[in-house]
Amino acid sequence: MQMIPLFVAIPLGAAFFIPMVARKRPRVADTLANLTTLALLLMAISVIGKNGVYWMGGWGPLKHIPLGIDLVLDGVSVFMLITITLISFLVTIYSIQYMDKFTAKARFYALFLLMVAGMNGVALTGDLFNLYVFLEIASIASYALVAFGCEHEELEASFKYLVLGSVGSTLILFGVAMTYAVTGSLNMAQVSAMIGGDLKPIHLFIVALFISGFGLKAALVPFHAWLPDAHPSAPAPISAMLSGVLIKTIGVYAMARVMFNVVGMTPLISYVLMVLGTISMIVGVLLAMGQDDIKRFLAYSSISQVGYVVLAMGIGTRFAIAAGLFHLINHAVFKSLLFLNSGAIEYATGTRDLNKMGGLREKMPVTGTTSFIGSMAIAGIPPFSGFWSKLFIILAAIQAQRYGFATWAAAVSVLTLAAFMRLQRRAFFGEPREASQTAKEVPGTMQASMIGLAVLCIVMGFLWLPQARDTFLMPAARVLQEGLNYASNILGM
Amino acid sequence: MLYALCFLLFMVGLYGVLVKRNLIKIIISLIIMESAVNVFIVMIGYRKNGIAPILNKTMEHQEFIRRTVDPLPQALVLTAIVIGLGVTAMTIAIAMRLYERYGTYDIQEIKRLKG
Amino acid sequence: MAEKGMTPIVKTITGWIKGLIMIFGIYIVLYGHLTPGGGFAGGVILAMVFVLLTLAYGKEESLRRFRIGVASELDSVGALMFLVIAVLGIAGTLGGRFFINYIAKANPGTPFTLFSSGIIPLCNIAIALKVASSLFMVFILLVLMRVIHGPGERA
Repeated sequence: MQMIPLFVAIPLGAAFFIPMVARKRPRVADTLANLTTLALLLMAISVIGKNGVYWMGGWGPLKHIPLGIDLVLDGVSVFMLITITLISFLVTIYSIQYMDKFTAKARFYALFLLMVAGMNGVALTGDLFNLYVFLEIASIASYALVAFGCEHEELEASFKYLVLGSVGSTLILFGVAMTYAVTGSLNMAQVSAMIGGDLKPIHLFIVALFISGFGLKAALVPFHAWLPDAHPSAPAPISAMLSGVLIKTIGVYAMARVMFNVVGMTPLISYVLMVLGTISMIVGVLLAMGQDDIKRFLAYSSISQVGYVVLAMGIGTRFAIAAGLFHLINHAVFKSLLFLNSGAIEYATGTRDLNKMGGLREKMPVTGTTSFIGSMAIAGIPPFSGFWSKLFIILAAIQAQRYGFATWAAAVSVLTLAAFMRLQRRAFFGEPREASQTAKEVPGTMQASMIGLAVLCIVMGFLWLPQARDTFLMPAARVLQEGLNYASNILGM
Repeated sequence: MLYALCFLLFMVGLYGVLVKRNLIKIIISLIIMESAVNVFIVMIGYRKNGIAPILNKTMEHQEFIRRTVDPLPQALVLTAIVIGLGVTAMTIAIAMRLYERYGTYDIQEIKRLKG
Repeated sequence: MAEKGMTPIVKTITGWIKGLIMIFGIYIVLYGHLTPGGGFAGGVILAMVFVLLTLAYGKEESLRRFRIGVASELDSVGALMFLVIAVLGIAGTLGGRFFINYIAKANPGTPFTLFSSGIIPLCNIAIALKVASSLFMVFILLVLMRVIHGPGERA
């Protein structure tokens, strides 16, 4: 289990090492960054099915009372690590050629790996304050990455993101401080043992702080204003990371971890999560339908899809949580794919405006096909992964007798299909318009990355087969659903 | 009572972030929010007539443990301040770049992105 | 103002005290495990020496002494040093834990003396390098940004 801290240490070290050695040599930076993310992916695959608690510096618990900071590897952590490292590996491959048009490539990789380090830390940590620190590492890196191009829109979007993100972080820090004031501990397991699902008004205040803080980070609907600006403005690989992984790790995952494992799920919290999820789902897809900017469209649809995950978390049965996590990893794959496609379109045509595209399918066959697969997956067409996860979320809602929420989820799914058909029709089919005349297919590594993700869109559907489900999804769902057993698992009480 | 004051300060900051139109005032409001939380964290660890949590040669261990304030919140605040410093530096840099592009700090005039 | 920076009084006094401030900063770093202070506080004081130089003599003087490239390298070196210290702990012979205090484990030393806390002073030095160089960079880059493009020049 010596590997656990390396999930944070390796990207962090690489983030500082790359600008030192490769400031003037972009190819060295490419190689190092890709090796780092590949190594992380392999490490993440090698820990599937393992559990462990790692006490930093050997400061283990004394008589079941934790002294130091711990990193926890359990089902959900492994699941998140796989999601993060898989997407980041494919995105770094894509960046090799896409980022050539920017100058400071070494800095880009440094910030990127810093973000990965932060997210891995969030996935692993077992300490509330540590959670806040890692969350801020990932957030600060993402603020900088959104502003990477230094143009008008990017700066403006980054500022908006930064202000709202900082408000979110401050709310979370306030929540952490309140937790310490009430329980005298910051270790998640110990806090969980102390609160034990018995929520007094003061605990509810903490819960409210956490929900609004993590909700801001996850861009749930009342808190979503920054996302449609920030995600489109970033360079395409970063949009893919932000929409595909970041909002889920520091928003949904962190929220689920705190709600299920630390304060304990109550009917009230569960209802709030379901309502937030449903509103995000509906508003996100409705706002997406009116967009002409392809990346903005995808950003709104992210809000909607994250709503599905939060809804499933709110339902709270083991089946629902597993379905929600399944949708989380599926969405990470197809939304990254779609953002990379939009980056490829921008690379080839120089525009993101849907009104100026059309007929790109013949000019850019790889982008066209992969984007078609991605759209079908997100819209929930049968053989693709998105269909299964949405189906299971709806089934779980019905099973839990939440018929209203199930209806909404099904309705939003139809709307998503309509929205993505519109995208496909306007960008890839029909008559070529001015911007798509001169378009040609993008270079090799960008294609490779998109093809990889498109294949995953199909293969991911098989994750629900019993064998894959029992080693990968179910352990993750069990950890969340068993909630307060978390404390005894870690402290050995 | 003092805790309520912290919360009030936090709310003042939040109000500033939401209502003010000037970029610099928004940044100041963010700093106010951060400070409110930091003050709150330090106050959690306070104990009446406490001493600084630094052990020196002449002090009895028992006496030290009985009188010292809680050192953990102070470590937390230090970390939070460092993070706040990073965020603030980042915000100011972006605000300066925005000023350079638009020639104004008024967010009503800086809006190429909508809805 | 004809000449860069502030009045001769400020310049002279800065010239006298800059070394003292620097020594104070180094003291804070090295005794961080015994007295209040440590890597962060000491690093801030070290960065302030250069901030003071910038204020008194103008940015050229401080940039001549501490170039941005060097600062950037030192920044990375500090972070990497800290990380290496931490990762070394994983090696089985040293204790087999990330961040374990392997030096203090091998020879504990007497409390309240300079060499008594194993890796903590080393970590402090690494943090001080990082904090001093990055804080200086933050300051000087914000100064430079303002000067290169004045208000609205490139709007």
